[in-house]
Amino acid sequence: MDNQQNSSSSGLMLRLAELLRIPHLQWWVVAVLFVAFACMPFAVDRSLLRLLVEMATILALSMLWNLLAGYAGLISVGQQAFVGLGGYALFGFIHYAGLSPLLGIPVAALFAAAVSVPTALLLFRLRGPYFAVGSWVVAEVYLLLVSQVSSLGGGSGSSLPLSAIKDIAPTQSVRDMVIYYIAMGMVCGTWALVWGLLRSKFGLALTSIRDNETAAKSLGVNIKQTKMVVYVLCSFLTGAVGALIFLSKLRISPDAAFSIQDWTANIIFAVIIGGIGTIEGPFVGTGIYFLLRWAFSDFGSWYLIGLGLVAIGFILFAPQGLWGVISRALRFTLFPVQRLLNAAHVGPQR
Amino acid sequence: MDWINVIIQGILIGALYALFAAGLSIVFGVMRLVNLAHGDLIVLAAFLGLAVVKALGLNPLVSLLLVVPAMTGIGYGLQRYLLNRTLGQGLLSPLMVTFGLSIILQNGLMQLFSANTQRLSLGGFEDASINLGQGISVGWYSLLVLLATVVVIALVQLLLYRTRLGAALRATSDDTEITRLMGLDSRHLFAVATALAMAITAVAGILMAAKTNFDPASGASRLIYAYEAVIVGGMGSLWGTLAGGLVIGVAQAVGGAIDPGWQTLSGHLAFLVILTVAPCGLFANGRN
Amino acid sequence: MSLLSTHGLTARYGDFQALFGIDIAIEEGQSVALVGANGAGKSTLLRSICGLQPVASQQVRLDGQPIGGKGADQLVRLGIALVPEGRRLFPSLSIEENLLIGASSRRPGPWSLERIYGLFPVLKERKKVPATSLSGGQQQMVAIGRALMSNPRLLLCDEISLGLAPVVVKDVYAILPQVLAEGTAVMVVEQDIGQAIRFAETLHCLCEGRVVLSGKSDQVDREKIHQAYFGL
Repeated sequence: MDNQQNSSSSGLMLRLAELLRIPHLQWWVVAVLFVAFACMPFAVDRSLLRLLVEMATILALSMLWNLLAGYAGLISVGQQAFVGLGGYALFGFIHYAGLSPLLGIPVAALFAAAVSVPTALLLFRLRGPYFAVGSWVVAEVYLLLVSQVSSLGGGSGSSLPLSAIKDIAPTQSVRDMVIYYIAMGMVCGTWALVWGLLRSKFGLALTSIRDNETAAKSLGVNIKQTKMVVYVLCSFLTGAVGALIFLSKLRISPDAAFSIQDWTANIIFAVIIGGIGTIEGPFVGTGIYFLLRWAFSDFGSWYLIGLGLVAIGFILFAPQGLWGVISRALRFTLFPVQRLLNAAHVGPQR
Repeated sequence: MDWINVIIQGILIGALYALFAAGLSIVFGVMRLVNLAHGDLIVLAAFLGLAVVKALGLNPLVSLLLVVPAMTGIGYGLQRYLLNRTLGQGLLSPLMVTFGLSIILQNGLMQLFSANTQRLSLGGFEDASINLGQGISVGWYSLLVLLATVVVIALVQLLLYRTRLGAALRATSDDTEITRLMGLDSRHLFAVATALAMAITAVAGILMAAKTNFDPASGASRLIYAYEAVIVGGMGSLWGTLAGGLVIGVAQAVGGAIDPGWQTLSGHLAFLVILTVAPCGLFANGRN
Repeated sequence: MSLLSTHGLTARYGDFQALFGIDIAIEEGQSVALVGANGAGKSTLLRSICGLQPVASQQVRLDGQPIGGKGADQLVRLGIALVPEGRRLFPSLSIEENLLIGASSRRPGPWSLERIYGLFPVLKERKKVPATSLSGGQQQMVAIGRALMSNPRLLLCDEISLGLAPVVVKDVYAILPQVLAEGTAVMVVEQDIGQAIRFAETLHCLCEGRVVLSGKSDQVDREKIHQAYFGL
């Protein structure tokens, strides 16, 4: 059933919808964007490049939180734990083991993943909202523990040593480029993982757990294992992103590393506004977040209050997010993960 | 190391945590809602007390006469017109709405009162102590807090188990649909539960404000202590919540006595240990 | 004018339609039984009448006035009470508290705590006990008592014999004539046809959301009921 309210808009909607039915439209879009972003370091100045890196990291974190909360049903307000652990592991491995920073990123990610295992075993004892707050407590614990380590700067943090900075690349512009490409790589990798995962049998198990855990269990889905795998995978990548974030900042401190505002509140905002439980949602949400920030962040606290109000408004009145609204209105999905029953009528989604 | 004094200090800190937790416990008990803005509401009460004291020059404890009704009204309105819309729609809605609310409260308070740390003064009463002999000395104020906590919890228990309103609240927590069949309005009952929780939270906030420094960002840690007390005590029992608060308080005091930087961390670690060995809490009565 | 009447009552659960245009009526002080197989729509019909299931305004009328779509709490105050399927007592409340909460709508009438205890003496002895620690039959008594405390004009009973031993079912049904004697109409949903015929004056048989047979209990043919029940 089309939900077109009046005939003057329906014509436009129909034309737009038809335009979007170009076969494999999504891949053309992806290809164009890929080329565009690959050329960025040669086309834009330093500050814009750094902004793009920041956007990439927020986007990656949003996709991961979306996977955890929107698909696996694990609503965590403690993912900042792994951003911080990733960052600190990187600085730690550089400081104690003399590891090169670029190699340090995957190693830091492995560290975050390793810590996530006992964390998950503990947290999975909690259900629903108690899991959420528990994840926050755990992040606070990691923050406090890390603050005790004086060789990494204790409560005030530490900076990346010059030798390590030089290790990334000899000149600043090459360094910027390297970090930029790593960031883009992370976005692509995260996106590929999320999309591939959700289209696999594993993804089917995941969404079945989200929809109805008891039913999923009765069908033979191993709940604990599935949740653990998702949690550890997300922690691994979140740790990687965290390592990259602080590598590019050249400095880390406990409050910055484990900041709930930066690495959870803003991320959740982006996912909710964009559309939770969809692949495209985090892209839309991240874009909107940065747009609003560019337009209004001068207003300080009012800006944050505004963000909070917008988020509440969306949750109550448009819980499927902006992408959900668009997608439903145009009956169109860029990256479909739903399995459709074989029907006589082939809709625009396939 | 004067362990007895340390433990007594812990009990007294813990009493306040139990008061933080009581409101959270009631709301979760009646409608399965965890309000992530709970800590910020405690801080809101403290700032309301500050405003009243500054405007009217009242003693902070007297300001309770204004702050408690105000917070009760805020609680009723919040639940009835905002939080009721998030119920029955899965987990994400109440969590995210209250998270958004938390951000709004913190930043709103920052706008109104600046980010400076504040403290309410009782004109020296908060420092007065009584010597109980054998080297044990206890602050008068801390005893007051302990007394207040016990009285509040006892009153709430009385309300819940000896009044028709209490029966209605327990019924709503059991089965909202059948409660409607009795002629009761669940939306109103939920709002009453939150109003009650906010009344307690108002007391907790004012008592906290005279005891410790607070600022607009203090809400997060209050929420965490309250939450830890509820989980450690076990859900479904306010006396359990009291015990949970005392456990966290004592853990913090012991840790803090070993090394001041370890105070908060010790509370967290105690919480995690108890969570590992007794996931349902120490005094759970089997109902979740 | 009937006490309660339905007019083309339809009900849906999402995409699934449970009732397809039901037309029945019940008069003051009358007894009606709804029989039918599982899934026939009997419980849905009761829920639609007492406000737990959304219905269009004109499809249910009380004293000729449309009441469809009103909430259950409003309808209790108008005198429609339900004894829910599976009893659904409040586990956190004692027996006495369960009974007292039934009077929340404050309707005046003959039923009070003392009269309920008179009806079910065994409950008086155990009034402070948590309601769910009783036997099935005793819980059913509490559920009926709780509904009576609202002094209804129409008492709806959803499968009150469910899960009870036959002798207990007899005891439970023995109460209902006393309810009728007070002028309260009683509509029961019952899977046991014999029990339904013994209790009620009027019988309706539902099958897959439609009324397929109606009649006075003493006149309707047993064989016909069996056929209607199974949709034959």
